Amino acid sequence: MFNTLISSNIFFLSLLLWIAGAVGALVLSKNDRMANWWGNSFAILGSCVGLLFSLSVLIIGSTFSFNIDSTLPLLSLSFSVDKLSAFFIFLISLIALLASIYALGYVKHYYKKYNIGALGFFYNIFLAGMVMVVSAHNALFFLIVWEIMSLASYFLVIYENKEKENVQAGSLYFIMTHVGTAFITLAFLLLYRSTGSLDFGVIKETIGNSSPLIADTVFILALIGFGTKAGIIPFHIWLPNAHPAAPSHVSALMSGVMIKTGIYMFIRMFMDMLPDAPLWWGVVILILGAISSLFGVLYALTEHDIKRLLAYHSIENIGIILLGLGSSLVFWSLDMKPLAVLSLVAALFHTLNHAIFKALLFLGAGSVISQTHTRNMEEYGGLIKYMPQTALFFLAGSMAISALPPLNGFFSEWMTFQSLFSGIMASNVPVRWVFILAAGSLAFTGGLAAMCFVKAFGVTFLARPRSENVRHARESGFALRVGMAVLAALTLVIGFTAGSITNAVSGVVSDLSAFNSSEPAFFSTIQTVGMRNGFASISMPLILASLIVTMALTFFAVYLVSRNRKTKIGRTWDCGTTLGPRMEITATGFSNSIVTIFRGALKPTKQTSIEYRDEDMRYFQKSSTVELGIQDIYNRYFYQPVHMLTIKASEYMKRIQSGNINMYVLYILAILIALLFASGM
Amino acid sequence: MSIIIWTIQLALVPAVSPLCIGVVRKIKARFQNRVGAGIFQPYRDLWKLFHKDEVISEDASWIFKCAPYIIFSTTVIIGASIPLFTTIFSINVLGDLLVVIYLIALGTFFLALAGMDVGSAFGGFGSSREMTVAALTEGGLMFSILVPAFSAHSTNLFAISGAVASFSFFAFAPMILALAAFIIAMLAETGRFPFDNPATHLELTMIHEAMVLEYSGKRLALIEWAAANKFFIFLALGANLFFPWGMSSSERLGDVPLALILFFAKILAFSVFVAVLESTIVKFRFFRLPDLLFTSFILSIIAMSLTI
Repeated sequence: MFNTLISSNIFFLSLLLWIAGAVGALVLSKNDRMANWWGNSFAILGSCVGLLFSLSVLIIGSTFSFNIDSTLPLLSLSFSVDKLSAFFIFLISLIALLASIYALGYVKHYYKKYNIGALGFFYNIFLAGMVMVVSAHNALFFLIVWEIMSLASYFLVIYENKEKENVQAGSLYFIMTHVGTAFITLAFLLLYRSTGSLDFGVIKETIGNSSPLIADTVFILALIGFGTKAGIIPFHIWLPNAHPAAPSHVSALMSGVMIKTGIYMFIRMFMDMLPDAPLWWGVVILILGAISSLFGVLYALTEHDIKRLLAYHSIENIGIILLGLGSSLVFWSLDMKPLAVLSLVAALFHTLNHAIFKALLFLGAGSVISQTHTRNMEEYGGLIKYMPQTALFFLAGSMAISALPPLNGFFSEWMTFQSLFSGIMASNVPVRWVFILAAGSLAFTGGLAAMCFVKAFGVTFLARPRSENVRHARESGFALRVGMAVLAALTLVIGFTAGSITNAVSGVVSDLSAFNSSEPAFFSTIQTVGMRNGFASISMPLILASLIVTMALTFFAVYLVSRNRKTKIGRTWDCGTTLGPRMEITATGFSNSIVTIFRGALKPTKQTSIEYRDEDMRYFQKSSTVELGIQDIYNRYFYQPVHMLTIKASEYMKRIQSGNINMYVLYILAILIALLFASGM
Repeated sequence: MSIIIWTIQLALVPAVSPLCIGVVRKIKARFQNRVGAGIFQPYRDLWKLFHKDEVISEDASWIFKCAPYIIFSTTVIIGASIPLFTTIFSINVLGDLLVVIYLIALGTFFLALAGMDVGSAFGGFGSSREMTVAALTEGGLMFSILVPAFSAHSTNLFAISGAVASFSFFAFAPMILALAAFIIAMLAETGRFPFDNPATHLELTMIHEAMVLEYSGKRLALIEWAAANKFFIFLALGANLFFPWGMSSSERLGDVPLALILFFAKILAFSVFVAVLESTIVKFRFFRLPDLLFTSFILSIIAMSLTI
């Protein structure tokens, strides 16, 4: 009881700090420096308190719920923090803490150009909104805080509003997020209709009495609604535009944690609130996960805008998380709870890992952009000599996201593989094929992600500078480096402490009422994590140790053998031609072969235009340009037709708008009579 | 006693892999009506390279300088954690299929970065091609080994070897498909015909050689040695996962010589197979390689659907 009281106070303290940060920054917006310090310091304080709070819930288990009834019917300010919420609050606070430290230095390059106070305001509101989203316990209240989060992030996306494309990206985000919210609202209204309450707890207890059709409809509506926020293909189209447009520390938060609120609500609704899931829910999520992961990485490969590339990788990683979540739902419906726990732990672990390395990569990209003033990777090159530390941190992020041992990404991908393998062995024939295809897509995704990050790291940091911008680049400031260094260290630390963290995450899962009494299908100790049936086991500390020992031994042995040999510095051999930046491979060139191989899915386009010196003769070219691109098949085959249809329908609807007042009075009368009849029947 | 077995297990791959390369080269030379260098020539090459001065590009960063050590170390670790002549190390948690595959990927990742680091046109294209092939190989490689893994109920490579040895005759139909898939993946991963030509420096076709073009001296020696290790690792995987007979399953030292001899015989058979294959087929056009790699993936899926 005492614990609960304390932790609820801490919870509200963190919200309060963020709100103070928001208001203060706005008040101080006349002074750029003060606004920056105030806004981000309070964001840091709030995040620290949030971290403390979530850890207290996760470790001591001091869950709490809090309720203020408002004067409005149905709406109550209702919070409930169980371990699942606390896990996500932990995630939000952790990334927010490091992003805010980073922001202290990063925001400086907006001084005098944009309103720093507004940035601080929306940033803090955004943080508070996310934390309230994962702790809200009443549907109406949830919708309000969901909207606060979405609007705050919308204003952050259009923050650099002097660039027109950012505003356009913001508009697309605004529309898509509200389409999503519309579906969510429908889902909640349907739940209200069948349970008579908007309280998550009451819905959970009484939904079992209603027909499965209601649950199925709610599932589809929520899948579309929250899937839009999570960026599942084909609802992802806003994501690669909006994430790059925001300031980099905000991109880190949006990609790292905001899209995870969609995942949180998936778990909350499908595994906690709604009754036992039928088999097809899990199958649908598995298929969506497989598509999102594979296509996400393929689209990422085609990009040469560094932040768009990272945004597409968010789609890929959401897909990987969904593979875990989907298999968990399948196992649950097949009554294989131990395996369901395994899969959900894999999904949550990957959520944690993705938050860390994606935030790290966005912060790294932000540092590069603030030095070179462009997002185009073709104008980077050789930055490892100008920004060695940033390069090291970005390399850690690249290795983690490519699932390379000994870093953290490898472990959660290993666990996801284990749940898919278990699905292949345990399930019956039609479902088995879904698992086989999901495992196949995950295998290809891993390889393609590694390729994409060889490209991203290689083109950005290695070889020689490709433009003058690079030569002016300097190592990023102290605050920026601290933010990145801690995240980079976390990728390594989480890698070799994976066993203990698995235990903590499985504590979160077993806190859900569905999995209260089930033994997980795996065991985990500090050294080893493995399947109880002996199918597989892994030791992350051993991998790290063996790598270090072998490398040290190799280094020592090579030193002994060839210590007397000299090393000369020479020029790169390029067949005697002059070395220029155009000798190096470009980002486009690097991925050209894979784009050609997957041309069936990516539909690359190529436009050549040549200008001749003499139009009639056509021998001597004045200039020639080639424009390479890929077609956005979702836009073309889904969103464009929908758009056209809406326009057409509006054309027809326009006819009833005559502008004549008498006409409108007639409409009102007709509707009134119709309503009277309807209610009379 | 097990200390001796451990030592052999740890040192076997780096110690014998150059010999294996030498054998393949010798057989290929005979096919081409040449006498060819002796089978111990790769050892002499390594010795020579380790004792030469080194030229490093002025554009190279620490990635270029560290990559050979990382790549070599991963191959040594993998070499120690796969079944070679004995199956007694099934408690070895590094012998997990996914760990081995992703450690290979770690090496490939750094090799490709090193190729891009010096900023030559060759290196970049080599890296691009290498990563394209590696990305598309991963599915076939993983799934072909999963076929015996599902039958053995374990993804530990030692346990797979132990279980496959006791399979009944009829369980082998899908294994043949899986073997075909594995061999395709193996040729791709080790840069052999029809994917890459290890003996050429032709700009238009080379993959592996293009990436390592800038290396010299001790670092080139490490890269060459690592490539030999990788080749040997794949031969050993093919031999011991699909033909695991004759491996010693006890800790008795007396079993070791016979097991080693049988192991070398299997490796020799695989080397002859690769050498004959390289002498009788041509290299494929780059854009035909994906067809082959997808074939490998499909074959292993068919094999998988037959086993479970």
